[in-house]
Amino acid sequence: MAEMASARAHKGIDLKHQPGFSQIAWFCIVVLYAPIAVLVLFSFNQNRSVTVWTEFSFDWYVKAAQNEGIQHAAWISLEVAFVAMVVSTILATMAALVTTRTPPYRGLNLAVAAINQPLMVPEVVTAVATLIFFAIIKQATGVTGIGYLIAAHTAFCIPFAYMPIRARLEDMDLSLEQAAADLYAPPFKVFRRVTLPLLMPGIMAGAMLAFIVSLDDVIITLFVAGPGETTLPLYILGQIRRGVTPEINAVSTVFLGISVILVTLIFFFGTDKNKGKQ
Amino acid sequence: MIEPAAASTQLSTAVIAEEKRLRNTRYGLLAPGILTIFIIGIMPLSIVLVYSFLKPGDFGGVTWELSFKAYVQLLFEEDIFDETLSFTTDYLEIFFRSVSLGLFTTIACLLVGFPTAYFIATQPPARRNAWLFLITIPFWTNLLIRTYAMLLILRDQGVINLSLIEIGLIDRALPLLYTDFAVGLGLVYAYLPFMVLPIFASLEKLDFRLVEAGYDLYATRFKVLKRIIIPLSKPGIAAGCILVLIPSLGAFITPALLGGGKSLMIGNLINLQFGQARNWPFGSAIALVLMVLVMLSLLAYLRYGARRGGPAHG
Repeated sequence: MAEMASARAHKGIDLKHQPGFSQIAWFCIVVLYAPIAVLVLFSFNQNRSVTVWTEFSFDWYVKAAQNEGIQHAAWISLEVAFVAMVVSTILATMAALVTTRTPPYRGLNLAVAAINQPLMVPEVVTAVATLIFFAIIKQATGVTGIGYLIAAHTAFCIPFAYMPIRARLEDMDLSLEQAAADLYAPPFKVFRRVTLPLLMPGIMAGAMLAFIVSLDDVIITLFVAGPGETTLPLYILGQIRRGVTPEINAVSTVFLGISVILVTLIFFFGTDKNKGKQ
Repeated sequence: MIEPAAASTQLSTAVIAEEKRLRNTRYGLLAPGILTIFIIGIMPLSIVLVYSFLKPGDFGGVTWELSFKAYVQLLFEEDIFDETLSFTTDYLEIFFRSVSLGLFTTIACLLVGFPTAYFIATQPPARRNAWLFLITIPFWTNLLIRTYAMLLILRDQGVINLSLIEIGLIDRALPLLYTDFAVGLGLVYAYLPFMVLPIFASLEKLDFRLVEAGYDLYATRFKVLKRIIIPLSKPGIAAGCILVLIPSLGAFITPALLGGGKSLMIGNLINLQFGQARNWPFGSAIALVLMVLVMLSLLAYLRYGARRGGPAHG
């Protein structure tokens, strides 16, 4: 009887449907993309206006590319992001190996919490703390330079690099590593010949995340960067405060393009993990 | 936990040596990462605490004298001439605005984010990946640029105002920018993906046999949503809320661009103290107040949100 009743109740009913949810989802996408679409559109505007369309042109891109302030800022950004990416990815890989490949030990949770600490503290607090800390070191040693900015970026990039690497390690099949060990491969050889190649997609994803996060950072950079260390986001922030021009739109569009390419790569590195399982 | 291997006397020295080697490798690999974060992340926080109890230096920095002035300044204003204190709500107002905008952002993101995440989770796999990709892109896109895009929309000569004037609904631009409304909208826009992704992760594992059982028992759609789907996705909802609330409380870029000088939040106040005002101890004290607010949110999260609601599965 009960079965019959349920069969009747289900007839024509989509179990998963909830009224209005699909409309909200579409609304969400429109809200997320409409402002960006406007920004990109007006980067191609021939006019000086960022809201009244006149004619299609690449003028503002040419202008931005010839702007020495932008060139310098882009170079600083790439330099900082590259070093921070390399160092933080190496440190994060080491830490991820420990937190997934060794038996649980006292302090494991604490270690994971410490790695994720930069995610739990508002960026502006980290920025203040770093500014004060570096001011003390600068006063004590007299050393200045871009090293401070790179160190700060490295620290907040570690948790972002750590996440995909750890996820990959947790998904990996242990039997291959065990088989290598059974065949008398010493631990380092197992790591270099088996673990590392299998881990590579995770490491790549982690590195790219670290790169994006460093490239995008505004707040910590704003507090820590010394004179002449203006990164691209800081340059853009300064320009916006002075008044909007399509040149900012052009730089922003290029910036967005780079982010989209990197995120796309990460997305596909991340989703091939199901193939590995089989 | 004491390692059982070490406790047993019967074990050969080889095993003990192996244990030791393992432990050395473990700490050797872990140390550099932890150390970097400790030196650059955690240690400075304690310095902030110390700095908040010092006197400001003349050109930024501090002079090393104990002082509680930074905390007094949060609530009281000192008269320049006779140094008498009078109660002021200037800073309380900014704290209140930060907390209410933070809560508003969290609730608005939840109201839009939950249905979106549910919709995505119930799509066939190929379409689901496409939707996820669309949500992930803004998640990792430069916040400054996205906020700038919002500024272009809300400006007096922005898309909204120009179109409203064009169709003749208004004849002068509505003052949308530099209001609490603009900041709230900007924050929702900024952090919406942070709500969708964790809720999706939770809903993806949802066992729809439980939903079916609900309908078998003649529950309405709303009742199934309220009594089955939402309780089962509670960990995702809690994670999403905390991921939106923490950065909203400490927001800097959004109020700086969309709020101007009229709609300051805690983040801007801190920036001001380390910039123009050159009052590092006061800036440190405000940063610590912000930390306390964040800690309270995290405690609430651990107390009410982190536990799994309903039966564990998946």
